[in-house]
Amino acid sequence: MIYFDNAATTMIKPPAVAQAVATAINTFGGVGRGAHDAALSADLQVYRARAAVAALFNCPQPKNVAFSLNITESLNIVIDGLLANGDHAVTTAASHNSVLRPLFRKRDREGVDVTIVPIDGDGLLDMDEYARSFKPNTKLAVVTHASNLTGDIYDVAKMAAIAHEHGALFVIDAAQTAGNTPIDMQAMGIDIVTFTGHKSLYGPQGTGGLCLAPGIELPPYKEGGSGTHSYEERQPEFMPEHLEAGTQNGHGIAGLAAGLAYIEEHGVENLGAANAALADRFEKGVRDLPGVRILGRKGSCGNTGIVALNVGDMDSGAISDQLNQGWEICTRPGAHCAPLMHESLGTVSQGAVRFSFSHFNTEEEVDTAIEAMREIVADVM
Amino acid sequence: MREKTPKVVVTFETTTDAIVFESESKADPEALPGRIIPVPSEISAGCGLSWCADEQYRETLLGSIESKGLAFEGVYSVCMY
Repeated sequence: MIYFDNAATTMIKPPAVAQAVATAINTFGGVGRGAHDAALSADLQVYRARAAVAALFNCPQPKNVAFSLNITESLNIVIDGLLANGDHAVTTAASHNSVLRPLFRKRDREGVDVTIVPIDGDGLLDMDEYARSFKPNTKLAVVTHASNLTGDIYDVAKMAAIAHEHGALFVIDAAQTAGNTPIDMQAMGIDIVTFTGHKSLYGPQGTGGLCLAPGIELPPYKEGGSGTHSYEERQPEFMPEHLEAGTQNGHGIAGLAAGLAYIEEHGVENLGAANAALADRFEKGVRDLPGVRILGRKGSCGNTGIVALNVGDMDSGAISDQLNQGWEICTRPGAHCAPLMHESLGTVSQGAVRFSFSHFNTEEEVDTAIEAMREIVADVM
Repeated sequence: MREKTPKVVVTFETTTDAIVFESESKADPEALPGRIIPVPSEISAGCGLSWCADEQYRETLLGSIESKGLAFEGVYSVCMY
């Protein structure tokens, strides 16, 4: 099997990740539940993961890192917690449904005003249009750091500065960039980073979280067990327990900690460059094939290592299925939970075939995919 | 029959602060002697974590807290088993 669906979930992980999960599942007590050795083993590992996430994003304090099930949950915590009737929010058409649906829910249930800044047919954002979208009551700009469809990275430092000029908070969806692209909350002016563990952080599914800049406060999305302060009626006010009701996924977070250690050892820049190089190699091999249209990849801020394409008017699902059946190549067709991005690129009905690379892939695998695409194209064009 | 002995008990505002103690102590046990225990009921009812060391280590403990900039809530003397 050749796995090119790393933008959905990285399948090939550093071996230490599975080892850490296996060790944890046989040795951990409940995170934050007691002072015995098994609980403390879990506490220590979760704290190490918290500290590693804080270091990765230059978040000033580990306790400002709260874990969650995934980035969808993180974005729901943020969007639900920060917006209320009378507020205005800004996002872009590059957003994933994990941003759009919580925003639309706020719009429909509470009357929050939402502006979607358009993306053009090349996948590019007009920064002037973004700046013009702010209003006096804009509370929040919540944007994707990189499109999960094209992999194109957006200039979030510039977007943060514009948001702050208008008195709005700035939040990024780092699903595609965490572990792949440098993120410095302080230098970039990001108020909240939301992330998921199972993509380029190489952790297990069921891990994710959010990092808050100092002074940013959110109400708890859930309330329940906290392990301490049990006689208080409501969830503790202090972080991270404030946002972490219920026993955390200590087993998964142990795996995430191993993934983070791998990233620290190899360097985000190096890993991202390796992913991008494989994507570039693939693009060069297929872009001139008859009928092939490459989506995006025209921005000036780089790409996370994705090539999304179509062939003529072929259904993207049919191409992806041929790749799977003929060459055991795993790709993702369809809409990728990015409906507005497909509208922008004119690919709503056709979808697109997304090849998303990991540095664990090889050039030989890429070349096999290029040859597969040649054969598929030769059959239909 | 065991007798109670004097202990120094450090309490924390957050569980994370307690785990930072644990982490620091694992790295340098001599500088941060002691271990995590449930908060004694003499100090607070509930189920939080505190740090406990023999009273003789009070100065070492307080010195490390200051030099390492560790967050804590209070320092107590408690006779415990």
